[in-house]
Amino acid sequence: MSTETWAIARFTVVMALTAIALSLPFAIAIGWVLARHSFPGKALVETVVSLPLVLPPVATGLLLLWLFGRRSPLGQALDAVGIEVVFTWKAVVIAMMVVSFPLVARSVRSGIEQVDRRYEDLAATLGATPFRILRTITLPLASRGIVAGAILGFSRALGEFGATIMVAGAIPGRTQTLAVGIYTFVETGREEAAWGLLLLSALLAFGAIYASNRLVEVRA
Amino acid sequence: MIALTIDVTLRQQAFELHVRETSAVEVLGVFGPSGSGKTTLLETIAGIRTPDTGEIRVGDRVLFFAAAGINLPARERHIGYVPQDALLFPNLDVAGNIDYGVRHRHHSLAGVLPLRSTLIEILDLGPLLERRVQKLSGGEKQRVAIARALMTQPAVLLLDEPLAAVDRARRDRILPYILRIRRDLHVPLVYVTHDEAELNSIADRVIHLEAGRVVGRSAAP
Repeated sequence: MSTETWAIARFTVVMALTAIALSLPFAIAIGWVLARHSFPGKALVETVVSLPLVLPPVATGLLLLWLFGRRSPLGQALDAVGIEVVFTWKAVVIAMMVVSFPLVARSVRSGIEQVDRRYEDLAATLGATPFRILRTITLPLASRGIVAGAILGFSRALGEFGATIMVAGAIPGRTQTLAVGIYTFVETGREEAAWGLLLLSALLAFGAIYASNRLVEVRA
Repeated sequence: MIALTIDVTLRQQAFELHVRETSAVEVLGVFGPSGSGKTTLLETIAGIRTPDTGEIRVGDRVLFFAAAGINLPARERHIGYVPQDALLFPNLDVAGNIDYGVRHRHHSLAGVLPLRSTLIEILDLGPLLERRVQKLSGGEKQRVAIARALMTQPAVLLLDEPLAAVDRARRDRILPYILRIRRDLHVPLVYVTHDEAELNSIADRVIHLEAGRVVGRSAAP
């Protein structure tokens, strides 16, 4: 396997890990709010959170392209402080974050829902604040759901294609991920290199799903 | 001595709890069959459930007073609660459970080390401290849960059927621990059970609950 193949695989893994690390705190916050609170508009929040699951990834990519492009207020603000997002590795991370977020948030939510609320009630009688209860009781008891969600999100991020190619392109050595690489290699007649990427993708996906299933087995 | 004023009404689906009781005793017993509202009453005092109307006072402290919009959150009530199944935190060992409340209220263990030693001695917890809570017997779990609640120096300790998860032989071994809490620490207790005989050995006054209402009161012999 060529150094190029390894470099693409390494780049993809680093981007996916970064994406999950950045989205996990938000996923935990949203998962906790949805699992433990009722408020007006909750159904709307649930729908928005799940939207990237059902929206074609290319459409998500188009939205991101508009959001971070130079014509949008956000894009202009970022441009003013010298931050370029579109067609850089940052766009790869953002695309991965957005498409994997619903999977992570849903898994965190179900992990938290499985924690008996009476533990939280009891911790309150011992003087703990809601934040301390979350940190010391709820999250540790929901940890398997959180880790399983992170692995699932990581697997989804590894295979991300549609949103990535829209917002980050397929620039060799800069934004080319495993999925994007397979597509461009086939397009340019480099089938052998594409097979190398395919093999690495399969191995990574196998490892992640195996780890996730083992976690579920341990829980059961 | 406990000066406890409870005058609450709480409705949930088909069930209505309506209790009006003022006691000034060291141990208030609450006796009644399953489903009579005993646990609901304790959870209401602890601040886990909110009554629809009424008031709850411990001594001079108002914990709940619907007419004035006062409803102290559970964490500010200083009420120790030991549920029937102990509910030890499964992610912490015995010592972690015992110290849980202290780490919040006092920020360090130093100020309560004498109390901690006393509790470990009274409840015979020394050999258990490093153990995982999953490995404890029903009676051991109860003792740890009692120590965890008492470490926060509560104004009242609520015990929900502390002997229910324990067989006959072990009951006779745990009851003396509870009597020592009363005798040595002078913490007022609200002691809930469906076994009237238990109350004879511990309570000063007993209220009898049925279907959410007080149907009888007695001073224990």
